[in-house]
Amino acid sequence: MDVPVVDIQDLGFSYGEAVVLHDVGMQVRRGQVFAIVGPNAAGKTTLLRCMERVLRPTTGVVRFEGRDTRTLSARELSRTVAVVPQAHAPVFPYTVQEVVLMGRNPHVGVGSAPGPADVEKAREALAALDMLELAGRPYTQLSGGQLQLVLLARALAQEAEVLLLDEPTAHLDFRNRYMVLDRIRGLATGRGLAAVMTVHDPNDAMQYADRVGLLGEGGLVATGTPEEALTAERLGALYHMPIEMLTDGSRRVIVAGGRG
Amino acid sequence: MRERRYGWTVAALWAAVVAILLLSLCVGRYAVPPGTVVRVLLARLFPITPAWDGTVETVVWQVRLPRVLAGALVGASLAAGGAVFQGLFRNPLVSPYVLGVSSGAGFGAAAAILLGASAIVTQASAFAMGAVAVLLTMFIARFGRDRSQVTLVLAGFVVGSLFSSLISGAQYVADPATRLPQIVFWLMGSLASAQWGDLGRAAAVIIPCLVAVTVLRWKVNVLSMGDEEARSLGENPAEMRLLLIGLTTMATAVSVSLAGVIGWVGLVVPHLSRWLVGPDARRLVPASMAVGALTMMLIDDVARTLLTAEIPLGILTGIIGAPVFAVLLQRRRSGWE
Repeated sequence: MDVPVVDIQDLGFSYGEAVVLHDVGMQVRRGQVFAIVGPNAAGKTTLLRCMERVLRPTTGVVRFEGRDTRTLSARELSRTVAVVPQAHAPVFPYTVQEVVLMGRNPHVGVGSAPGPADVEKAREALAALDMLELAGRPYTQLSGGQLQLVLLARALAQEAEVLLLDEPTAHLDFRNRYMVLDRIRGLATGRGLAAVMTVHDPNDAMQYADRVGLLGEGGLVATGTPEEALTAERLGALYHMPIEMLTDGSRRVIVAGGRG
Repeated sequence: MRERRYGWTVAALWAAVVAILLLSLCVGRYAVPPGTVVRVLLARLFPITPAWDGTVETVVWQVRLPRVLAGALVGASLAAGGAVFQGLFRNPLVSPYVLGVSSGAGFGAAAAILLGASAIVTQASAFAMGAVAVLLTMFIARFGRDRSQVTLVLAGFVVGSLFSSLISGAQYVADPATRLPQIVFWLMGSLASAQWGDLGRAAAVIIPCLVAVTVLRWKVNVLSMGDEEARSLGENPAEMRLLLIGLTTMATAVSVSLAGVIGWVGLVVPHLSRWLVGPDARRLVPASMAVGALTMMLIDDVARTLLTAEIPLGILTGIIGAPVFAVLLQRRRSGWE
């Protein structure tokens, strides 16, 4: 069995006295999509931020490919982990290609700019997401779904093994939400990346994740395959509402229950 | 295609810089034909027998050339500073003066003039106080609740206000017959007194700063994504920003100490340049330098030819800059949304 790409042990995080996360342990392997599911304020984003090293865990370790993140330089970290932010407010109308090219920063020396090889990598990343024809467009003129894909392409251009996505579908409409989730899944399986994302809707996890971590009040309530982790009882207890699981035999849909 | 268009734009800009430089050597109270100007310049390099008056030599070589070059240098420095600051602060409305360097330098000059100091001491005092003002801004921002760029801009505003009051104080106590006009004239900006020595001292600081900014300019793109994203892209935003602010502020402080407080160039020229070459700092910074240089030379030409008396530069840049900026805003072509 190979080493998990993401390996988190006994992770805890507190703001002063307030414990936000405790005893979190999870592993993500190459080619897997790991979804972190939980109600608001359960600590989903905090967990992601600890992995990004934006926040320093109070206890425990985060390892990428067996290496403790605390020992990595900012540059090494950015070559290992790429982040797709939830909210990105564009200020200047860079072209799509210019934005994706910024993903090459971890590979570009301090006193230099990206060269032709980097441009090639950026265009490859765009091509992988079928976005190449938008390369010359100002990224301020894109739809929400397209913007999300551009940020995903930028993360791809970083050539990191781990992809962290904070609610990648938060601002998207029905169609774009599935399009983006489908692309994330395709990248994980196609390129052997380990993708970790937080999601609001357990159905996103049910449909697109290989592994799910169910987070409640700072701790993992359950981890496993979507079918194992996302049961009606657990979700009902976590969200304090009746939950029903509908199925057509192969697929499952989670809905609010108790209406008759 | 875009690359090729950019190539032509840059070639055209630098050709314009050279053309306007030559034009600027011709115009003035004592007009010199372009052919003579070129021959006077070439005579420095090649053994050409002078067929012109000694006055021509003095006007072109001793009076106009240092002045025109100083204008180009100041314009390039302010415009590049503006382009870098707008990217770093993710705000298209900031200029290189936003951290209080101009008010600080203004006070430094006013205080020196008040004490009857020589031109060179006035310059040194302006530079020193400009640097003090920016350091004070940085110092105050460190106590801010969050270390965001907004705090830094607000701190710059506070420090700028403080030094503006001190300038007013200096003007209030200045002898209205002798010192006061000198202070007012300095504050409005002028290249009239720029000589080879001044130019050399300024260039010795500004050119290395501009070269360093040019080398680092792609990082401005990365930082303009915001600190959090810059960090996840492997950059240390605080360190890189400090370095870039240091370099641009140094160039700005020297520019102000040489030419006084010239407003608008650092704000408007980056917008014009963004309209020409787009927002990518790899193109924007060099383009801003070229546009800044030629803008400053043209404005200085107007300043010394329009009326019999020289018009202070700050007045002209305001009169020209404000409507240009208004048009850019109205057209939404200024390169930001």
